[in-house]
Amino acid sequence: MKNFKLIALLSITIVFAMSACKPKNLGNAVSADAAAKTYVAPGKYDGFYNFVSGGFSGQMSVYGLPSGRLLRVIPVFSVDPEKGWGFSEETKPMLNTSHGFVPWDDLHHTELSQTNGEIDGRWIFGNANNTPRVARIDLKTFRTAEIIELPNSAGNHSSPFITENTEYVVAGTRFSVPSDNANGDVPINTYKQNFKGYLSFISVGKEDGKMDIAFQIECPGVNFDLSHAGKGKSHGWFFFSCYNTEQANTLLEVNASQKDKDFIMAVNWKKAEEYLKAGKGKKVPVKYAHNTYSDKTHSATSEIKTEVTVLSAKELKDICYFIPCPKSPHGCDVDPTGEYIVGSGKLAALIPVFSFDKLMKAIAAKDFVGDFDGIPVVKYESALYGEVQKPGLGPLHTEFDGKGNAYTSFFVSSEVVKWNIKDLKVLDRVPTYYSVGHLCIPGGDSKKPNAKYLIAYNKITKDRYLPTGPELAQSAQLYDISGDKMQLILDFPTIGEPHYAQAVSADVIKDKSLKIFKIEDNANTYVAKGEGETKVVRTGNRIDVYMTCIRSHFAPDNIEGIRMGDEVYIHLTNLEQDWDVPHGFAIKGAANGELLVMPGETQTLKWTPDKVGMFPMYCTDFCSALHQEMQGYIRVSPAGSNVPLTFSTGKNMPVATPEKAK
Amino acid sequence: MKKLLIILSICSSMAIFIGCNSTPTKDDFSSKEETTETPAATTENGNPSYDPNRGEGKFTKVDIGATLDAAMATSGEKVYGVKCSSCHKTTDEKLVGPGWKGVTTRRTPEWIMNFITNTDEMINKDPAAQAQLEICLVRMPNQSLSDDDARHLLEFMRKNDGVK
Repeated sequence: MKNFKLIALLSITIVFAMSACKPKNLGNAVSADAAAKTYVAPGKYDGFYNFVSGGFSGQMSVYGLPSGRLLRVIPVFSVDPEKGWGFSEETKPMLNTSHGFVPWDDLHHTELSQTNGEIDGRWIFGNANNTPRVARIDLKTFRTAEIIELPNSAGNHSSPFITENTEYVVAGTRFSVPSDNANGDVPINTYKQNFKGYLSFISVGKEDGKMDIAFQIECPGVNFDLSHAGKGKSHGWFFFSCYNTEQANTLLEVNASQKDKDFIMAVNWKKAEEYLKAGKGKKVPVKYAHNTYSDKTHSATSEIKTEVTVLSAKELKDICYFIPCPKSPHGCDVDPTGEYIVGSGKLAALIPVFSFDKLMKAIAAKDFVGDFDGIPVVKYESALYGEVQKPGLGPLHTEFDGKGNAYTSFFVSSEVVKWNIKDLKVLDRVPTYYSVGHLCIPGGDSKKPNAKYLIAYNKITKDRYLPTGPELAQSAQLYDISGDKMQLILDFPTIGEPHYAQAVSADVIKDKSLKIFKIEDNANTYVAKGEGETKVVRTGNRIDVYMTCIRSHFAPDNIEGIRMGDEVYIHLTNLEQDWDVPHGFAIKGAANGELLVMPGETQTLKWTPDKVGMFPMYCTDFCSALHQEMQGYIRVSPAGSNVPLTFSTGKNMPVATPEKAK
Repeated sequence: MKKLLIILSICSSMAIFIGCNSTPTKDDFSSKEETTETPAATTENGNPSYDPNRGEGKFTKVDIGATLDAAMATSGEKVYGVKCSSCHKTTDEKLVGPGWKGVTTRRTPEWIMNFITNTDEMINKDPAAQAQLEICLVRMPNQSLSDDDARHLLEFMRKNDGVK
């Protein structure tokens, strides 16, 4: 009894002491050693890279963990004037689509490439949720290398999840729509007859990562939400969550929430490959853009492709199977062994866990309860391993620690719940601040999680940070999960809205990081390899300026003889061959962004002078003690002027007399 | 009661220590890319003092011919065009950096090749390089020259200085 009193006293004093030395609004969920666990001293590296979707910013951000320091924002689907992405002539084709140049999108999920189910650190993929596309980012340069558009799709949400050797990246349409080559000019309420759902399987080149739509599977019109590949024993299968099996086309909030169960769709992609080989696919005319960026020419090319091969899930009976899943499933996650598939019904009060072995038996025994639009529906109990009872409110996403435990986010009750996969018992729960969406454990959706941390990505932050007007940052929260209990240790704001994220030990990536582009290898059409190759060329009203830069001047830096009506292309080559010495370029009045040119690279800014006069240009990225001297002038004369085209650097030409100036 | 108070105060101080301790522990993720600076007074090969004639870098002895290797010099001139000419003239006129005229008579071949391949360390250590920095105020960038590039450049500098 005495002991008990003492313990009680001790804990009261600890709580008192803790609250006494922390700001009140920090909450009481932070443990005492959080600072030590997240402190990375100045000049030291973080142990993990964290690749976080930028949501409606369209970009991908890279954070260091455990510090939460923002290392880089990689421009992907949205223009980025800071980096010239979508503004330089070389990068514009990356944002080309079948709708033309699209300057914005909504990047929801990130997925690192894998070999044998383990993260290999070569590429990371991202999906565009609005104008459906998938991007591949090269982790040697941390730049977007390729973007492929998806025909027959609208809202690419269940993407860019991959198979365990990165054989395929998938993309499932969120909005079912009439197919691209069908007449889309039909009444919206003909959804059931005219709308279809397409799943795209994009093959990824083993060596070069090049993406190509290998095939699409035509499925009934529903909303495909999220997905994950099978792994290990279930390699060869893919699982997609589906909602709106009511096939509603209006007020989905109510009308798509009618049924007690929607579906997880199991897709046998190995079987689909067989059908494809056997020529069972139909070649369908479509139009989609495939954009690639070359680190040799330092420029992008956009190709419009016109055909895709479609397999019909209805006709080819044994590719797709529906598994009933309670109430509008969202997350669809497969554990590291590949045996357990976790569906998370947004409106369900339990988490169903399906067994791959049981599913295979049920399919073999044709243990079906009927079909949905021609696709067999497996009996719920026959595929079910078990249910986690009363875990929380609004389960969304699940990650795994490789030690037999799963971690599920709960949006409505703002918490993360740790549970054991085998016995389906809840082990621990921690609050998030607030309304958590996705979770991330390093390797948490691979065969080999590295479960030191769990990061929760929150939709709402309200009172967590200093107020910044009506718009507040979303946030990430870092939990130490190395012990039995999850421990909140850090809270940091993110860019855009963070959806899914990936994290990996820094060792897998950091030593492969490129430092410079070799100037010798630069194959840009407009490169100037040395100041000896700089020039200004007039072709009609097109002016090409072959310009170089090095600390700290441009060559040429004085250009005269530009006339109104000219279109000026400034091709800037950075002659530096040293790490971390980009040069920037901006010119007054240009209706464009800046250029930011890496060592050894060439980038082009198109500038159409809008008035007669003197136009200063300068380096925008502080490069040396004489950065502020890195500047020049371009003189613009009226149309038809006879001012000769001249260019120079370092030549102090004699002051022209008034007569000569005419 | 007295006992209780003592316990309380011990607990409090312990708790404050636990609660407020923000001293960083040694973290597991120290960067391996620590600076490799060696004391200015010694060289890597153990010589007691820095040799200002040789400079700091991998080149300890550079064999140059009595006459010019024209092929090498031509190759060197190409490298000059891409990587050097923005800042160095071949005359004695200073542009961003000093003009090259006479450099092979002022510096040893070893010093030149070490400087152009190991630029940052040389600027940090070499008195002559530091004196130039005070004049030019722009640190010469490391231009990522291969060993061959550097040797060819040296030959071009010799040609520029009249070696036949």
